[in-house]
Parts: sequence; structure tokens; C-alpha cells
Amino acid sequence: MSTPGMDRSNLRTPLKEVRGLGSAKSGTRHFIIQRVTGLALVLLVIWVVGFVLSLIHAGDYAHAREMLRHPFAAVWLIAFIITAFWHAQLGLQVVIEDYVHARLVEMLAQIAVKFVCAGAALAGVVAVVRIYIGQ
Amino acid sequence: MPQNTRPLSPHLQVYRWPLSMALSILHRATGIALAVGLLLVVWLLLSLAHGPESYASARTFCASWFGLILLFGWSWALFFHLCNGVRHLFWDVGYGFGLAQAHRSGIVVVVASLVLTGLVWACVLAQGGVA
Repeated sequence: MSTPGMDRSNLRTPLKEVRGLGSAKSGTRHFIIQRVTGLALVLLVIWVVGFVLSLIHAGDYAHAREMLRHPFAAVWLIAFIITAFWHAQLGLQVVIEDYVHARLVEMLAQIAVKFVCAGAALAGVVAVVRIYIGQ
Repeated sequence: MPQNTRPLSPHLQVYRWPLSMALSILHRATGIALAVGLLLVVWLLLSLAHGPESYASARTFCASWFGLILLFGWSWALFFHLCNGVRHLFWDVGYGFGLAQAHRSGIVVVVASLVLTGLVWACVLAQGGVA
């Protein structure tokens, strides 16, 4: 008795041919990270809105920098920047998967989104750190 | 397999748009807008790190009519995406799937996003504007 798709001279099972090719590509990992970063952002963004309002209230440059010298503000802002760009990349990835049907364009768009999100997140973190250490 | 000739789902042209459907596509649209808005946040932080002149010009841009329209749009997009995101989280753990419930939570999301946007801009105005 032979299994369909299985060569008698080859002991490899057909499973090898389909591994990693499922429709969801990486199972539920993407879905779960999207939700967990979303949950984190609920908490992070409420504080960020308040912070931005007090930045507007502070007005001048020196006062604004002083506000970012507080360790809590720096940590919270860095957490927000990383989580927000992570969440954005995951969301944009799904949008591109759904609407861009040309394989090459889709691939380039996915890579571009990853580069922009990672680069902007790093730039944001460096900006906060520079202000925090007073450079 | 002639995949190109097969009909696409969902059939957007033949449905009468219920509220949930409009909110679903708005969730995507606001998400995309907020991703762009995040870049502006980074630009503001970079200007603050760079020096007083950069920060002043960033603030001038934010206080311009174009900047204000962007900020106002982004603030509503943020609160809509936030409220609707919480609605999605409730769905993800299995609550609120009933047709009537989903419609009601949709209305709550729209009202809450408008109220929160109004509150934030009331705060801004009470402080004497953006710049």
C-alpha cells in the first residue's frame, strides 16, 4: 500500500511539501501580537494624549525638554513608540496582504513598511534618549 | 484554475451598508492614517532633540491651518481606533457578537470617539490653542 504522493524510492513524506505554506503563513502568532500590542496601547496612548496636552500647555522649548527629562516620561514614551510602530507594522501588513495582489509589489511594500516602521521607531527612541540624557 | 473569473467576497457592491461594516472599514482607514500620524510624532520628538529652532518650526507647522486639520483628523482617528479596538478586544474574548449588541456597541464607539475628541480640543482651547 502506498500513500498518495509518496515515492517508493524516497522515504520523505508529503508533509515536507506543505510545511510553512498554510494560508495563515505563521499560524496565530500575528493575530496574538496584534491584540497584545493593542491592549498595551490602550494604556500607553491615554497617558501619551495627556502628555501631549501638557506639552502644548508648557509652550516653550526648555519646559518641553524638562518634561522629557523625567524617567517615567522617557520610559513611557519609548514603550509607546516601540509598541505603536510594532502594532502599525502588523496592521499595515494585513492591509497589504488583503489589497495588493501582485506578488512582487506586495513583497516590496511589506519590506518597505517594515523598514519605515523600524527606522522611525529607532529614530524616535534615540530622540527621547538624547533629550533624557540632556544632549 | 481560472481564479480571476471567480467572484470576490465580500460583495461590497450588493450589500446595503450596515453600521458594523462601515466601522470595520473605518477601523482600517484610521489605522493607516494613524501610522502616518506616528511619523509626525517622531518628527516632533526629533525636532525637540535637535534644538529650539527646529522645535519652533515644528510647532508653527502644527499651528498652521493645514497642521490643525491634520491634528484634528488624527485626534478623532486615534479615539475612534482606540474605542473600536477595545470593541474588537471584547469580540476576541467572545463577548458582544449578537447582531443587536454589535450595532449598539458600534453606536457607543462613534459617540465616545466624538466626545473624547471634543474633550481633548476643549482642553487645547482652554489652554489658549496649539501654539
